[in-house]
Amino acid sequence: MAETHSLQDLRQAAVASKVFVQRDYASGTICKFQTKFPAELESRIDKQQFEETMQTLNNLYAEAEKLGGRSYLEGCLACLTAYTIFLCMETHYEKVLKKIAKYIQEQNEKIFAPLGLLLTDPIERGLRVVEITIFEDRSIGSR
Amino acid sequence: MMKNREYQQIDPQALATPTPTPPPRPLPEHDLKPKRARRKWEVFPGKNRFYCDGRIIVARQSGVLPLTLGLILLTSGLFFVFDCPFLVKHLTSCIPAIGGVLFVFVVISLFQTSFTDPGILPRATPEEAADIEKQIDNPTGSSSSYRPPPRTKEVIINQQVVKLKYCFTCKIFRPPRTSHCSLCDNCVERFDHHCPWVGNCVGKRNYRFFYTFVVSLSFLTAFIFGCVTTHLALRSQGGNGLVFALQASPASALELVVCFFSVWSILGLSGFHTYLVAANLTTNEDIKGSWSGKSGNEDVGNPYSYNSMIKNCCSVLCGPMPPSLIDRRGFVPSDDSVQTSPVEVKLPAAKNDINMCTHGTKGLLETASRSPLLTSSCPQAKPQAAPAVLEPLPEVTPSPALEPAKTTAGRQSTSTPHKHHSHHRSKGKQASHHTHKTSNSSPRPHHSHSSRRKDSKNRDPKFSSLR
Repeated sequence: MAETHSLQDLRQAAVASKVFVQRDYASGTICKFQTKFPAELESRIDKQQFEETMQTLNNLYAEAEKLGGRSYLEGCLACLTAYTIFLCMETHYEKVLKKIAKYIQEQNEKIFAPLGLLLTDPIERGLRVVEITIFEDRSIGSR
Repeated sequence: MMKNREYQQIDPQALATPTPTPPPRPLPEHDLKPKRARRKWEVFPGKNRFYCDGRIIVARQSGVLPLTLGLILLTSGLFFVFDCPFLVKHLTSCIPAIGGVLFVFVVISLFQTSFTDPGILPRATPEEAADIEKQIDNPTGSSSSYRPPPRTKEVIINQQVVKLKYCFTCKIFRPPRTSHCSLCDNCVERFDHHCPWVGNCVGKRNYRFFYTFVVSLSFLTAFIFGCVTTHLALRSQGGNGLVFALQASPASALELVVCFFSVWSILGLSGFHTYLVAANLTTNEDIKGSWSGKSGNEDVGNPYSYNSMIKNCCSVLCGPMPPSLIDRRGFVPSDDSVQTSPVEVKLPAAKNDINMCTHGTKGLLETASRSPLLTSSCPQAKPQAAPAVLEPLPEVTPSPALEPAKTTAGRQSTSTPHKHHSHHRSKGKQASHHTHKTSNSSPRPHHSHSSRRKDSKNRDPKFSSLR
C-alpha cells in the first residue's frame, strides 16, 4: 500500500484498537458491508460521514459484480477463447478494485487520518471485513 | 531491592560507558541478514502447493489428474495418428479440425480448472478472530426464538433463513454457500465439490472452467467414439468383417473401449451440471438437499436462484470473474520499522531495570524469534520447535500478525494428515466403483464426485460407505 506522509505518521502512533465492519449477507452472496455505525467510533467520526463512506464502497462493489451487458460480453468472449483472455486482459472486476483502492486511499488522506483512524482495503482481508484501526489520540499533523 | 538500587546508581555511568557491543548487535545482524521479501504463497496456511512463484496453485494431492490427462492425451493422440488419416481420405478433412478444436478446449479448461484458485477465503487475522470471539460470547449476538447451537449465525436472504456456520480452522463465519474442504484445508466460496480427477476444489472462481471442461470432454469423447465407429464400419465394409477391421487398426479398439466407458459417465455428468447451472445450485447443496425440502422444511426454495434459467446460466457462466482473495504473489508485510523501534526502546529500559543476565537471555529470545520466521521456507514443514520459542514473544514484538497464525495452522494441520490420507485412498477406490455403477444405472451420476466438508455430519446414507 502506498503511504503518504500523514499515513506514515500514523504508523508510528500506537494502535489503540481495531473495529471490524462485517459483511451484510441480506442481499445474498454479493459483496456488501454493513452500514451500521460501530459504537467505538462514536467519539471519533461523524456518523453521517462514516455511513456515506460505507455506502459508496458498497456501490462500488455492486458495480464490480453487476450482471449486465458488459459482464456478459466479457464472459462470452472469454468462453469462446477458452478463457485464455483472462491471462492477458484485466477483468472489469479488477478495474473496479483499483478504483476502490484509490477511493479508500483518498478517504484515508482527507478524512480518516486527521481523525486518527485508518481504513484498510477489504481486499487485503479477503473481502470479509472493513478493518478500521483506531490510533491513540495524539495530535498528528496532517498534510 | 538493594540490588536494584545498586544498579540504578550505576546506570548513568553504564549508559555513558561505551559498551557498544550489546545494543548494536541485534541491529547489524538484522541488516546483514539477506532481506529477501517473502511472497504470501510461501506462508500460506492451507494444504496447497504452488508453482511458478505462486502463479499456479494445486491441491496437496494431485489426485488422479495425471491419469485424467494421460487418458485424454493417449486417446486423442491415437485418434489423430491412426483414425484421422483414414477418415480424411474417405470422408472429410473437417474431422481432425473439429477434433483439434475440441481437444484444445479440453486441455486448456482442464489446466485452468486444476491450476486456478477456486475461491479460497484467506483465514482471519488474529485481531479479527478475537473480535468475532467477543461477539460470540456476547449473548445478545445470538438470535431470536429457539436458541441455535453456538457458533452459528442466522441471516435472511430473499425471505429464506440461512444458517452461517463458524469455521474453527479459518476462524470466520463462513459466508453463504462457502464450505471448508478438509483435503485442501481451506474455506472455498460457492463450494461445489473437491474433484480428484482435476486434483483441485471446484468453487466460485473455477466452476466455469470445470463446466467447460466437462462439456467439451463429453463432446470430444462422443466425437471420437462416433469417428472410430465410422472408421471401423467403413473398414469392415466390402465383406471384410469387423475382426479384420480391428486387426487392421488395433488402436481404434483401445479408443473404443476408453470412449465407451467414459462417454456415459461424462455425458451424464455434464447433463447434471447443466441442471445445476440452470437452477443456480452447487453439488454440495444438491447432495445435502438444502433447498429441496428433504431436510423437513416445507417452504424452502433456492434463495440464490433468479427464477429464470437463462439468467441463472448467465450469472454462473458469464458473470464477472471475481479476483483471487489470497493474493499469492503479494509480499508478506515485514513491518521492519515497527519491529526495530521497540527493540531500540526496550534495550535501555532493560538495562535500567534488570541485571545483565536476564537482558542477555531476552536478547537471545528476540534474535531467536526472528530466525524461524526468516529461515523456515517450507510452510508445510510444521515447525514444532518454533511455537515453544514464539509463545512468550507477542508482548515483545508488537505486531507479528503472521506468527500466531502460523503456529495455529501448524498445530491444527498436524492432526489432519492421517485422516486426509485415508479419505484420499477410499475416495480413489470409490471413484472407480462409481464410474462403473453410473454406466449401468442412474441418470444423475454425481456420485463420482465427493463433496468434502470438515465438520458436517453427512446425513445421506448413500455416502456412509465413504466413511
